[in-house]
Amino acid sequence: MARIEIRNLRKEFGDFTAVQSSSFVIEDGEFFMLLGPSGCGKTTTLRMMAGLELPTSGEIFIDNEEVSQKRASERDIAFVFQMFALYPHMNVRKNISYPLVSQGMKRAQVKEKVAEVSRILGIEDILDRPVSGLSGGDRQRVALGRAIVREPKAFFMDEPLGALDAEFREHMAHELRSLHDRMGATTVYVTHDQLEAMQMGDKIVVMNHGVVEQFGVPQDIYDWPATMFVADFIGSPPMNFLKFEGAVEKGGTSIDLGGAFVEVPRLLEDARGQLALGARPEHIHFDDAASYRGKITATEYLGTTQIVSVDTPHGALKARLSSEQPARVGDAVGLRFDKRTLTVFDAGSGRALFSEANREVLGHG
Amino acid sequence: MSFSVTEPSARQKLFAGVLVLVYALVTIMPLAWIIATGFKTPSDAIAYPPKVVFEPSLEGYVNLFTTRTRASAETLESLGEPQTWYDSIVRKNDMVIVGPSRYGERFLNSVIIGFGSTFLSVFLGTIAAYAFSRFKVPLKDDLMFFILSTRMMPPIAVAIPIFLMYRELGLNDTHLGMILLYTAVNLSLSVWLLKGFIDEIPVEYEEAALIDGYTRFQAFYKVVLPQAATGIASTAIFCLIFAWNEYAFAVLLTSGTAQTAPPFIPTIIGVGGQDWPAVAAGATLFLVPVMVFTILLRKHLLRGITFGAVRK
Ligand SMILES: Nc1ncnc2c1ncn2[C@@H]1O[C@H](COP(=O)(O)OP(=O)(O)OP(=O)(O)O)[C@@H](O)[C@H]1O
Ligand SMILES: [Mg+2]
Repeated sequence: MARIEIRNLRKEFGDFTAVQSSSFVIEDGEFFMLLGPSGCGKTTTLRMMAGLELPTSGEIFIDNEEVSQKRASERDIAFVFQMFALYPHMNVRKNISYPLVSQGMKRAQVKEKVAEVSRILGIEDILDRPVSGLSGGDRQRVALGRAIVREPKAFFMDEPLGALDAEFREHMAHELRSLHDRMGATTVYVTHDQLEAMQMGDKIVVMNHGVVEQFGVPQDIYDWPATMFVADFIGSPPMNFLKFEGAVEKGGTSIDLGGAFVEVPRLLEDARGQLALGARPEHIHFDDAASYRGKITATEYLGTTQIVSVDTPHGALKARLSSEQPARVGDAVGLRFDKRTLTVFDAGSGRALFSEANREVLGHG
Repeated sequence: MSFSVTEPSARQKLFAGVLVLVYALVTIMPLAWIIATGFKTPSDAIAYPPKVVFEPSLEGYVNLFTTRTRASAETLESLGEPQTWYDSIVRKNDMVIVGPSRYGERFLNSVIIGFGSTFLSVFLGTIAAYAFSRFKVPLKDDLMFFILSTRMMPPIAVAIPIFLMYRELGLNDTHLGMILLYTAVNLSLSVWLLKGFIDEIPVEYEEAALIDGYTRFQAFYKVVLPQAATGIASTAIFCLIFAWNEYAFAVLLTSGTAQTAPPFIPTIIGVGGQDWPAVAAGATLFLVPVMVFTILLRKHLLRGITFGAVRK
């Protein structure tokens, strides 16, 4: 049980800054996702939270206690590593009981705990096996067993499923999430897989180049990305950007795409120069009456839906449409956008402009 | 008949077997010769053509462990019947035993110095290698190179300075002096070998232990050491073999109290003519400890000798 707060956390390795003043809050009992591309500083952030790395500056609070300079063992957390860190010279039972033995717990009690944990994870039959012969999934279960046996305040997991194959990953992700729901302990989970983050997380923080780009619940991040990076990183296919040169005004409700006007949520700020209109693929529809037009270049059939690529005067975009929608390569079509979820970005800085629709999520005014 | 890509064919196996056998014979020959000579009488030992079949005798071993003197016929008469089996062996050559030889002492010196320096080299090597492997050490690469560079010339090249230094420090002909010397020579090997082994152990193991509530030292002791056992064992064997067989420094720096077996064994020849069987017996016994040590650690050695290449 723990509420974790990160304030202006920063980490430098020599003159390289791996994490630049990150701030976010993890509420008690949350399944919290640290999401970002490889090398963005996820592991470094998590390691600072766990006490395996000392921050260059900034603060970490666990249950309102400042712990950033405390030893890992004093933080009462459990860490599941990117690579399975099972002790190869011990069998499964010893691996799981190790954290308890280190606390000086009595033998009988240890035995009881290990039995309980192995029941939860369904690994009772492999307790006396050496870890070297275990399958990837079993290893991961043992690693989880090691983590939960101590009943820590929080679990930190660094891409715990990274080494498993896709099918099994999904299965284990499910197991993990239901384990979390049963135990209710705060979990911080690092991943570079946006789908995994969206599926499993109560909340997500998206990082890029050591910077926290956005932090919030999956739906908000999907619908109201704070930056073009987030919009592009999340969603498959990602958000479409129609880039244009121009100006928008505070209070404006439409933008001029080369003569065709597209309605957008009322803007709350001025901007000029390189701008971009962001639209999710499923928020684009074909409508012959629409004034904005493009030409179909490819279609991709996905069962109930299809992904249609369309060439427009402002670049290529992909629309997710019902499979029943007729779409032939070469056809010219009118494009209609769902007004509610459109976001206008400043293409120079990549920042989303505040509008009536996203003001709440992005914390404006 | 099944065909396999990875499994060698019967002919290949036969060829490999023969090759190994021939090589084994070639390497075992001198060893077998020494062991056999130890059980010959002095005259058999220098017989020409060499005797392959001979009547075994313990004369070499008796001579190795005793000092004897030639006795006149009257003296021998007055002593009466020989009291023990080794007395009777000596009497056959008109000799009497006057006391034990120094072989036992020298052998013990070798054990103390060999194992002492091996322990010290491996102990210091392990903690140094751990530090080099895990911590930010200023000038790490330069230091590692410096450590290696101590092995770039033959140790004996510094024999004279060391001799003078040791004389000043009173370390000449002492156990401590020899242990320190062999440790110094072995340390570069041991740091380099062990660093390689420790580098291979993922840090996550220690970090997991740190999170589980162990201190840094406990993590090292309980997690790193068991996993470095292979490396430590093979390093220990290399160190012991060097210290055990070292001759040049031992000749130069020891003469009495701390003399090891290698410089002592050749001196046996001088006692009572060409006593090859005693020399051979001394050499044979001298092989035993290293052999036992190696066999005890063999399992580790076989894995460790690949230097981590196939340990995964
Ligand atoms: N000990 C270190 N010394 C120097 N640079 C480091 C160190 N640890 C990490 N870095 C650098 O910091 C950056 C962030 O690393 P980090 O491991 O946090 O990334 P990540 O988001 O976890 O990536 P991945 O998805 O690949 O695991 C990387 O560019 C990495 O090279
Ligand atoms: Mg990582």
